[in-house]
Amino acid sequence: MIVNEQVAVDHGLKKDEYAKICELLKRTPNITELGIFSAMWNEHCSYKSSRLHLKKLPTKGKKVIQGPGENAGVIDIEDNDAIVFKIESHNHPSFIEPYQGAATGVGGIMRDVFTMGARPIANLNSIHFGSPQNKKTKNLLRGVVHGIGGYGNCMGVPTIAGQTSFDSSYNGNILVNAMTLGLVKKDKIFYSKAAGLNKPVIYVGSKTGRDGIHGASMASASFDEKIEEKKPTVQVGDPFTEKLLLEACLELMAGDSIIAIQDMGAAGLTSSSIEMASKGNLGIEINLNKVPCREMKMTPYEIMLSESQERMLIVLENGKEEHAKKIFDKWNLDFAVIGKTTKSKKIELYFDEEKVADIPVNTLVENSPMYDRKWKNAKLPKKNKIKKEDIKHLKIIDVLKKILANPNVCSKEWIWQQYDHTVMGDTIQKPGGDAGVVRVHGTDKAVAASVDSSAVYCWAHPLTGGKQVVCESFRNLISVGARPIAITNCLNFGSPENEENMGEFVECVQGIGEASEYLKFPVVSGNVSFYNQTKEEGIKPTPAIGGVGLIKDYKNMITMEFKEVDNLVLVIGKTEGHIDQSLFARNILDAKNGPPPEVNLFNEKNNGETLLKLIDNNLIKSAHDVSLGGIITAVSKMCIKGKKGINIKKPKYLINEIEYFFAEDQGRYIIEINKKDFKKVADILHKNAVHFDELGTINENELYINDKTKVTIDELTTSNKSWLTNYMSK
Amino acid sequence: MKSSVITFPGSNCDRDMDVALKKFGFKNKMVWHADAELPKSDLVVLPGGFSYGDYLRCGSMASKSKIMQSVINFANSGGMVMGICNGFQILVETGLVPGVLLRNKYLEFICKNVFVKINDKKNKYFKNVDNEVLEFHIAHNEGNYFCTNDQLKEIEDHNQIAINYCDENGKIEDQFNPNGSLKNIAGIFNKEKNVLGMMPHPERMIDTSLSGEDGSLFFKNLINNLK
Repeated sequence: MIVNEQVAVDHGLKKDEYAKICELLKRTPNITELGIFSAMWNEHCSYKSSRLHLKKLPTKGKKVIQGPGENAGVIDIEDNDAIVFKIESHNHPSFIEPYQGAATGVGGIMRDVFTMGARPIANLNSIHFGSPQNKKTKNLLRGVVHGIGGYGNCMGVPTIAGQTSFDSSYNGNILVNAMTLGLVKKDKIFYSKAAGLNKPVIYVGSKTGRDGIHGASMASASFDEKIEEKKPTVQVGDPFTEKLLLEACLELMAGDSIIAIQDMGAAGLTSSSIEMASKGNLGIEINLNKVPCREMKMTPYEIMLSESQERMLIVLENGKEEHAKKIFDKWNLDFAVIGKTTKSKKIELYFDEEKVADIPVNTLVENSPMYDRKWKNAKLPKKNKIKKEDIKHLKIIDVLKKILANPNVCSKEWIWQQYDHTVMGDTIQKPGGDAGVVRVHGTDKAVAASVDSSAVYCWAHPLTGGKQVVCESFRNLISVGARPIAITNCLNFGSPENEENMGEFVECVQGIGEASEYLKFPVVSGNVSFYNQTKEEGIKPTPAIGGVGLIKDYKNMITMEFKEVDNLVLVIGKTEGHIDQSLFARNILDAKNGPPPEVNLFNEKNNGETLLKLIDNNLIKSAHDVSLGGIITAVSKMCIKGKKGINIKKPKYLINEIEYFFAEDQGRYIIEINKKDFKKVADILHKNAVHFDELGTINENELYINDKTKVTIDELTTSNKSWLTNYMSK
Repeated sequence: MKSSVITFPGSNCDRDMDVALKKFGFKNKMVWHADAELPKSDLVVLPGGFSYGDYLRCGSMASKSKIMQSVINFANSGGMVMGICNGFQILVETGLVPGVLLRNKYLEFICKNVFVKINDKKNKYFKNVDNEVLEFHIAHNEGNYFCTNDQLKEIEDHNQIAINYCDENGKIEDQFNPNGSLKNIAGIFNKEKNVLGMMPHPERMIDTSLSGEDGSLFFKNLINNLK
């Protein structure tokens, strides 16, 4: 095939990018080389629109062993233990083929983690669908949930937490973000940097097929009406093979044979070989005839661009081939020596004894395009004033029931019951709480993880929204008694070529950066997903933050369900009555304007750290952060989970009942304490200048509000638990 | 007491079972599916997971693996063999226990705590368990037990039903059946009651910090019965 500008454009390259390729090579690339360039230079692999801004994120800290740039981030959790974790998007494939798209998303992120030598110990996910009324939503939701379960359950890794939301902006572009945590010994972490000359380059895992060719390019484009035609670009997952690959890799990693290892994810053999060579400042030579293929007559182009799953590339020490092969034979996996490292600093490919590609590695990596895209700054919208006549007919209990049954608040049990969340025998906090918690096997330590996003806030004001998501993650970890350590981010946005979308990206990233810097909650890994749009309709900006924290003694973990009748319930943090962009405003008043709640990083940090102090002093019986739906929603959930009731009273502030109960001010928690501890708790809160309200006392089974109205917890439970099950069974 | 846990390709509850057995005093060995000989054992466990990816029929490939001939011989000579979840599916494929396991009634994987009622205590698995009802944990996609009417008659005649899904008070009703199993069957014995297959995972219930403690009760009792 003759390569020209049109062929390059068909590969998703821009005309000037093609000109740059010809200039770098000082000749016209052949088709295989063009394929390689298009795979390395697309948005998904090159981060060409985002790199400039991602550089500003804080990525260092005392506990950070490895920040962004490797397969996943690594943090220190003491005693020579480390946690490897990352979140990644699989949005485009999941919209085209929900089961396989979601399944391979989960498979891909687990591979990123065990590539570094870590055994995956927990999975999480953040999934976002269109409006429930959209006719595609139900099937997409079912397919995605089945896909996540199908892969994770088979791998035997518990899915411990997640987040599901519905918003019409995802009608044409759902989001599926998968996160994995792995456990590794600090001195047994593996990296992707190749080293040494003439070292054997090994291919292991599944055979290469024609599936997923150009998957990464597909993920770097917008959708249009021809979307169904892209089905062949979706990879097909085989969790069984991945389970074998996991065990085989960990067995090989126990010894000292591996110099470098890299999984074949987006852009398959292309990006894995180039990344290893680039990091090691070496060349790699591959004989493509040696690559195990599952289909006949695959061309070099297809072999290099296939995104067949469950494959790894390894640079071995010389002489270790036999030892390594024995392990992969035992697990019935393909093993082939396909090439070697060279000093050429080029990627050189041979097929049928002919050289089919010859590209200097730096042209693909360092010289890949980087854009400073135009972006628009978003102004903080003006606050709305609630009109008395809009709320005077509202009954708090009716509103509360509506909010508890809202698709974005309701119980997601229908979803997480389909995920094995208890395998591995260390899950001590299951889905449905503020964060999932797993013990570090065989120790007293436990790791907490949560994944959060607040697209509505980010849409209303990206800078504030970006900060808020990081704070929410911080709060969720603290609510279970964990000390927050670091985050991973999955940045889901519309087209970077659209100034408004690009502005959302830039300002959300800035917000994330400011909050994580202030809270000492650095970003150690992540992924950017642009072009989440169908035609011109982009999604709401949805950065998802995966936070990880440590509980030193798992027996001190906190859960959110109310524990005991007569215990006192307090609200930590000041309620200002911010209603704009709250669930109440959007769903009850049908008001879509106004700013998101303000984020005060000082209060956020101070309130959180003070709560940790209370937990350290064994003063907290239960805790829950206040988020969507405000104080009364948070309290109701604690009642529902604990099968207890509460008498609550609005403190004598100037704000009205509706504002007090439904406002979404930040930096707040609900805590349960024993009456006899009140003085101690109040002292600690006062000493640290943390505002708190006395909200009420726990009772048997009813929610009493201001001694006026009441509702049974059973009734609230029904509101909260039935929406999703009913929706899915209709 | 010596126990052996078989690891098939795709087993993923083998470690959890190893942890549980050791916690309650078994000297446990992990045995690879391609081995021919079983080590000397007082109990052999086929663990949960997705052996061979469950790509054919759940358990069918594993039931043909090399070690299984030794397991079958061991069972036929009266040895204690317990299959949990995927292990139960493997047991039905070998024919050591009767029946089949179909996909769950609502075609969805289910992971949650359930209550089971012990139907028969004249066996080494449940003898001396004080409780009538245990809280166990299930996590499966194919746990919907089924057999023919003739088989069912034989099973009932020989009192081979081990446990049934029920509520916390031991009431066995349709609404407490998580997967559509015939007669709420959650576990079943062979005629001699040395082989037990069950869907629930007692190894996930061995710690108050986990889902509960009734698994501890089961294992403590089991090792005492074997002594």
